Amino acid sequence: MPESHGRVAACPGPELPLSMGLSVMMKRLLESLSAWVMLGAFIVPGVLWAESSVEEEPSDMALPLVDIQDMSAEIEPPAPDPEAVFAEQVDRLATGNLRERREMAEALVEGGHPRAGMILNALLEGRLLTTWSTPETPALIILQRGEDAPGRVEQAVTGEVLADGVPSGARAVPINNPMRNLLRDLAAMADMNHALPQRRILASERLMRGSLGPEQMALIESRLLVEEHPRVIDALEITQAVGLLRHEDAQVRLESLERLRGSLLAVVRSTVGAVAEQDPDPIVRQHAVETLEAIQTRIAFYRFTENLFFGLSLGSVLLLAALGLAITFGVMGVINMAHGELIMIGAYTTWFLQTLMPGNLTTALLLAIPAAFLISGLVGVAMERGIIQFLYGRPLETLLATFGLSLILQQAVRSLFSPLNQAVASPEWISGSLAVNPVLSLTWNRIYILIFALLVFLALLLILKRTTLGLKVRAVSQNRAMARSLGVRASWVDAMTFGLGAGIAGVAGVALAQLTNVGPNMGQSYIVDSFMVVVFGGVGNIWGTFVGALGLGVMTKFMEPFAGAVLAKIFVLIFIILFIQYRPRGLFPQKGRSAEA
Amino acid sequence: MLTRLLLSDRGGLIILALLTALIIYVPIGNLLLPADSPLHVSTFTVTLLGKFLCFALLALAIDLIWGYAGILSLGHGAFFGLGGYVMGMYLTRQIGDRGVYGHPELPDFMVFMNYDSLPWYWQGFDQFWFALLMVMLVPGLLALVFGWMAFRSRVSGVYFAIITQALVFALMLAFFRNEMGFGGNNGLTDFKDILGFDITARQTRVTLFVISGVCLIGAYLMCRFIITSRFGRVLVAIRDAESRTRFAGYQVESYKLWLFVFSAMLAGIAGALYVPQVGIINPGEFSPIASIEAVLWVAVGGRGSLFGAIIGAFSVNGAKTWFTTVYPEVWLFALGTLFVLVTLFLPRGIAGIFRTLGQWTSRKPKGDEQ
Amino acid sequence: MSLLKDTRALMRRDQVFDFMLPPPDFEQPVDLSHGPILYLEDVSVSFDGFRALNRLNLAVDAGELRCIIGPNGAGKTTMMDAITGKTRADEGQIYFGQRIDLQKLSEYQIARGGIGRKFQKPTVFEALGVFENLELSLASDKSTWASLGFRLRPDQRDRMDEVLQLIGLGTQRDRQAGTLSHGQKQWLEIGMLLMQNPMVLLVDEPVAGMTAEETERTAELLTSLAGRHTVIVVEHDMAFVRSIARRVTVLHQGSVLAEGSMDRVSSDPRVIEVYLGEET
Repeated sequence: MPESHGRVAACPGPELPLSMGLSVMMKRLLESLSAWVMLGAFIVPGVLWAESSVEEEPSDMALPLVDIQDMSAEIEPPAPDPEAVFAEQVDRLATGNLRERREMAEALVEGGHPRAGMILNALLEGRLLTTWSTPETPALIILQRGEDAPGRVEQAVTGEVLADGVPSGARAVPINNPMRNLLRDLAAMADMNHALPQRRILASERLMRGSLGPEQMALIESRLLVEEHPRVIDALEITQAVGLLRHEDAQVRLESLERLRGSLLAVVRSTVGAVAEQDPDPIVRQHAVETLEAIQTRIAFYRFTENLFFGLSLGSVLLLAALGLAITFGVMGVINMAHGELIMIGAYTTWFLQTLMPGNLTTALLLAIPAAFLISGLVGVAMERGIIQFLYGRPLETLLATFGLSLILQQAVRSLFSPLNQAVASPEWISGSLAVNPVLSLTWNRIYILIFALLVFLALLLILKRTTLGLKVRAVSQNRAMARSLGVRASWVDAMTFGLGAGIAGVAGVALAQLTNVGPNMGQSYIVDSFMVVVFGGVGNIWGTFVGALGLGVMTKFMEPFAGAVLAKIFVLIFIILFIQYRPRGLFPQKGRSAEA
Repeated sequence: MLTRLLLSDRGGLIILALLTALIIYVPIGNLLLPADSPLHVSTFTVTLLGKFLCFALLALAIDLIWGYAGILSLGHGAFFGLGGYVMGMYLTRQIGDRGVYGHPELPDFMVFMNYDSLPWYWQGFDQFWFALLMVMLVPGLLALVFGWMAFRSRVSGVYFAIITQALVFALMLAFFRNEMGFGGNNGLTDFKDILGFDITARQTRVTLFVISGVCLIGAYLMCRFIITSRFGRVLVAIRDAESRTRFAGYQVESYKLWLFVFSAMLAGIAGALYVPQVGIINPGEFSPIASIEAVLWVAVGGRGSLFGAIIGAFSVNGAKTWFTTVYPEVWLFALGTLFVLVTLFLPRGIAGIFRTLGQWTSRKPKGDEQ
Repeated sequence: MSLLKDTRALMRRDQVFDFMLPPPDFEQPVDLSHGPILYLEDVSVSFDGFRALNRLNLAVDAGELRCIIGPNGAGKTTMMDAITGKTRADEGQIYFGQRIDLQKLSEYQIARGGIGRKFQKPTVFEALGVFENLELSLASDKSTWASLGFRLRPDQRDRMDEVLQLIGLGTQRDRQAGTLSHGQKQWLEIGMLLMQNPMVLLVDEPVAGMTAEETERTAELLTSLAGRHTVIVVEHDMAFVRSIARRVTVLHQGSVLAEGSMDRVSSDPRVIEVYLGEET
């Protein structure tokens, strides 16, 4: 943002305290005037607010820049220390009587102190606390930070962090309903000039929920004159349009309705809904109904997108869990009931690496992927060499033996670590969510897991189609005797194949550890699902597993809104049971006469 | 008739003799012998043995279809549980107004969930004969529908095993739901009496034990009757050469279906006998693991030999009881190892050892079951 | 494709559900008023694009002994599969007598209706005894409930002893079928076929793995069966075919290449080219 930097550079010197002083002074000068009129006058003459872009480091600081020449004529008495004024205002806001508190709230907005908006918001949300004041110890005013820094407790005025948290005896500063309404507007107005665009958007949306009186409309208008961030401009215009729905001119109302068509905010919907019912002009009512319908259509579309995303996300989890099985069951015909435990081993590897290097979550996670592949893979090779190789051609016996193994592995983890679930932390870049618009936000961990599942799938596809191991695996799976006579070491290929399937289960465990609890029983919850996916997709076909997993995931999530999670799952199970009747070999059966026998 | 059933079934004869002895001795040991006598059987032991008898009946049901028709069901817990729930519903209705809320008709959990009246599917369960009928009909009907669909489209082997897992898993999820009207997570419990007898009384316990034993012996004889009839030979024929059996004019599917339904009914009866003895039925009975564990009893005892299933149920559950009281953390290791070792080294189970020993001593060319 | 076909079947107006059709009436004698007992018209079967049968036409008269020859992959076994209901034809009609549409029946119904089959690879119930193998095949009520209470009648027992003698296993009646030699299994399977007392016998490679003497006896047996039964033999052994054949059908690439007496067929230049040529 070169332009804003330029502006900062144009006003050298200690502009911050000076501007602060100016505003306080102005308040003194114009005491008789209504605070609202003054505020409008304060901003309109051309106070410019520096803007930092979204990408810049977050800061609570607003940098008000004042055109000194315009104002200097009015400066007469020396300005009192702005910080002291601010502290006093905050103190009276917290401890004074109701009338005083209202005045102080207004004064804080006018004062334009960077912490003012935060304090007013905290007051509004009951996060501004005080202790009882005695002559010896004056009341301590504390601010609990909200969503931007959860759990942080600090001194309201200075922002100094209180390590001990909320002291006992602190209580929320009480407010009443008229005060609440006033505060909503005031807090929004204080944030309207915040350095962070998101905060300005938030302030604009908050204004929308408030009274949207003439002062607020004037504030929006003046802000629109100077605002440059496109998304903030959008937000402001929407807010303005909501306000203009009360305009006496029907034409203006119609135009604002038109402008609101694109908005997905809940407030917009309810306001337009109110217009559709209450507006005196039938044409406006009619338009409001249409606008509402347009909004609903868009919301329905985003709901659909959201469901699709959740479905694909669930599908990617199923895919990860089932891919390993698609190898061991699909390609080798081994019913591996310990598959879930191989996933569990992968998840425990992640947890273990994290406890080894607690400060470095990202490295631990990235290291966990190859480590889990190796460990689960080795366990798989050991299983194959130790037990499964003696049971080829006896699928039901394999099933029982591997079930026994799964019990042993579970108990081993219980005895080695603990029967309780372990907490696996996620690096910061994985947590949080991507808010596309007010009705659609996608969590980052699910997005990453979706991508990760696709990568694992592609890698597996490459291994099977492009490497010698893959060729040998396919050869052995189609005709053991023939492959053996062509010089393929079938037993070695078996071990490697099983190891590959087991390793992929381990890698799945790394990803699943980011989503769910890591505990000795976690494997069991995936085993039935994984089998369903492989059977549904068609045994011996990796693409079938892919389609099966994503299909079942999407199907489940689209059923959930009207059936509930449990019923949706039951329906999917019943669907698979019925589907198997119709296509006993899955979606993509292996073809040929030999498959019929 | 009896000669045909028991001829050349030495193992079965021994097991039946032991069972009969147990049925005669346990009531005497519990009710007549004084508590300080070394031969006294405690009520706890009576209930424990009664449970084992029910498990043995379930194992018998699984062995009949797995051992003789090659159909591996990993979902027999579904039928066991359904039988149990039916009995649980009867027992719940018997509580009457003695529940916590004292409602004359509705069970406690229904009062709690603001039901106005009994759901339709709870009607009639205050009648014992009706409950008894449903104990067989409900699992039988589920098996009929499920089996008809599965066998008709020739789902077999591993696929069948997996969809039975899906079945029992779906049932578990369904019964966990409070809205199902079966007490959700807690299931049905706090039973008071059965046919007017106090369910906790020693006499009732012993009677239930004896009934379980008699049922097991009866079921054994019925299974024996089936497998020694031409039906049994058709089953073996299906297991070995399904296609050939079809071309010999047998409707393979109806044989499988008949046997599956019969087996499901046996499992249902086992569940119904189990519930009054343990005093509770909850969705845990439908857990997929429980069904697989029941298959292990059969594998350990000896798949394809009816008395082996009974031996397996008793020995595995006996071991489980001992381990979980003495070394609880070792139990899963032991169970898992047992699974592995039995499948690797004892494909014919304990009954297989007996048979080998029997052949050694009597030098007979072949046993009764191939 | 099969989905499309199933959907079409659902749309048919003349029949709604298969199970509502009246059961085929095997009590009535098979209607032979117009000659053939088995009649295949334009039958096609494909596996994944490979056409195993390609518009096959075949008519076999009652009491006939028909030999079917042809190179590997000519569709001989697939034809038997289609007749016995193991494989469904994609197109065409298969009729048993005049009235019974075999395409609507399942394997067991076809078997009960009077078409018996011997597999290429001898398939007997290995875990059961020789006698039990025959007993299972015996023509009788084969429903589940009847099987539970089944007892051999004396006349059935006599018939079984008779067959046991015929197939040369009279002394082996209690032996486990799995322990028999390859040739003995072939005989046992033929014996099982006889116990079914079918009107039509489909015999797939009956003399594979038999000694010369056994082959001769098989030839005798099959010729003696013709007349009372209709016998269709698929065989590669040309000497054997020559010794029993009255009428021979040559299959090639899923359809009939030539048909007629052995002499006529073996002198047909096309047959020599695709099949017999290999021998000479």
